[in-house]
Amino acid sequence: MTAEAHEIYALLAAPLFAVGLVGVFACRHFLKKIIAAKILGASAFLLLIALAARDHGEGPDPVPHAMVITGIVVAVSAAAFALTLARRIWQETGQSGFGEKP
Amino acid sequence: MTAAALSPLMAAAVAVPTAGALAAFLLPNRWRAAVGLGFSVLTLLATFALAAGVTLHGPQDLFLGGWAPPLGIRLHLDGLAAVFLAMTALVAIPVGIYARTFFAAGEGSGSTDQTHLFWPLWLILWAGMNGVYLSADLFNLYVMIEVTGISAVALAVLSGKVPALTAGLRYLLAALVGSLSYLMGVALMYGTAGALDLALVAEAMDRQWTLRVAMGLLLVGLMVKTALFPLHFWLPAAHSAALPPVSAILSALVVKATFYLILRFWVEVFEGSVTIAASQAMGGLGAAAILWGSYQALRQERLKLIVAHSTVGQLGFLFLLLPLITVDATAAEAPWLAWAWHGGIYQALAHAFAKASLFLAVGIFVIAVGSDDRRASVDLVGRLPMTTFAFGLAGMSLIGLPPSGGFVAKWMLLKATFASGQWWWAPVIVAGSFLTAGYVFGILRQAFAPSERRQPLRQVPKTLEICALALAVLAILIGFRSEEVLTLLDIGVPFAEPAPPEGSEP
Repeated sequence: MTAEAHEIYALLAAPLFAVGLVGVFACRHFLKKIIAAKILGASAFLLLIALAARDHGEGPDPVPHAMVITGIVVAVSAAAFALTLARRIWQETGQSGFGEKP
Repeated sequence: MTAAALSPLMAAAVAVPTAGALAAFLLPNRWRAAVGLGFSVLTLLATFALAAGVTLHGPQDLFLGGWAPPLGIRLHLDGLAAVFLAMTALVAIPVGIYARTFFAAGEGSGSTDQTHLFWPLWLILWAGMNGVYLSADLFNLYVMIEVTGISAVALAVLSGKVPALTAGLRYLLAALVGSLSYLMGVALMYGTAGALDLALVAEAMDRQWTLRVAMGLLLVGLMVKTALFPLHFWLPAAHSAALPPVSAILSALVVKATFYLILRFWVEVFEGSVTIAASQAMGGLGAAAILWGSYQALRQERLKLIVAHSTVGQLGFLFLLLPLITVDATAAEAPWLAWAWHGGIYQALAHAFAKASLFLAVGIFVIAVGSDDRRASVDLVGRLPMTTFAFGLAGMSLIGLPPSGGFVAKWMLLKATFASGQWWWAPVIVAGSFLTAGYVFGILRQAFAPSERRQPLRQVPKTLEICALALAVLAILIGFRSEEVLTLLDIGVPFAEPAPPEGSEP
């Protein structure tokens, strides 16, 4: 039995989700946390894209594509906001992670 | 008003605050507060018209752009949505007036004055919450959750001070984990059920394991955002470091939006899939939240941290609702289902008014005394009588003393625990009330005690005091007018069996 490509991608979303989740809680550095949150988002997008590739008779399913586009817009703005906050904290205190001594 | 007039009003509940946010953002600073308050009043009128409309005509659906599901997005209005819309609007007006006076007095501005951004951010947050209450589409809900979450964090860091920034970044990361877990759940739901509309997903819910996983991801994501113990770690710092009007909004309203979704999913979408064990686990987390949050509130030295930890505890009461309404088929018609349902929602309402009032009152204490240390707030009753009275009234509702909204909530929950035989929640409810009394009276005792340590107070604008008092009075008044609220609540939602009114009126 050979798995189709989109099934492999869909399954890959699970370890990616786990990596992001562990990273966002375990890392202390602001940037690492933000990158981990981005990976978490990427796992959800990967799953949605893989779902869209399933055969629906007439090519890919457009609904997950619409969701991913919206999701990416949200994720970019959220990441920009998080980076701005992290930069402001670093400017004001010199800290680049939670729990650091200033 | 005809039923046809309700559809545009549903869209208006989201569109009006959005338009207000845009207008407030584009206009010069000095216009922002006036425009913001104007649009707030318009939104209040729209939500009241919706509440009246749903009372007259029953639940309504609106298909955005004329596209019906599964392709289009559906807005759905019922009694539950109307109650939460009205709750938000009723908290919004006093908090808005307070914010206008607070910022006009130059409070809360740090090295860079960004406080004029309060209005656009707050109105877009309000639009997001109204969207959460009205959407009946999983993905549209994701967007509304993100709108709510990101604008809430932006409000929390408005002061630009370092503690607020650090707490805000932690809040943002927690909010992102929550909403991305939710999105993962939505993806799995769509992959399995092939639909996003709540009614269609509910039909497709069967015992397939992927749907169970999806349900778990959705619920955990929403629990992070509702700050249910042990996922509350981000809340106390974020809520206490924010400016007083913002703290009131975050603690009274924002956490309720995701609780509302947990409730709606639980009873309308996952109805056949949730097990009694799962509901007991949710109740257990709620019970732990009540005890832990209230205990932590007792131990805090700073006024705003006391009130913020109190939110963790009071949110726990909301989750006691889930085990009480999740029963096997033999109890499907039991009267306590309606008591528990009403009690849980009443807790959300009473807590919204009381907590908003407490944060506004504490904000006044901090301005007057010049310190957030609880030991500094001494001998206030003669010098700030109106605010001390507001704090007392709101505290009364939080504890659950009659005749307040909090009393109705806790009384109905207690009745349901005994009637259903789930007596083990009763000691938790009682202990939670005692712990709440501990920290409320701890602050009040100081406020009443004459002291040599009393410092001269700074002058506080009367408007601030009136706003705090108005919210406290609302928290008490809904205890007297429970009949009307419950009638509205029962329109078009499960557990609408008319509950025997005895006990609901003090």
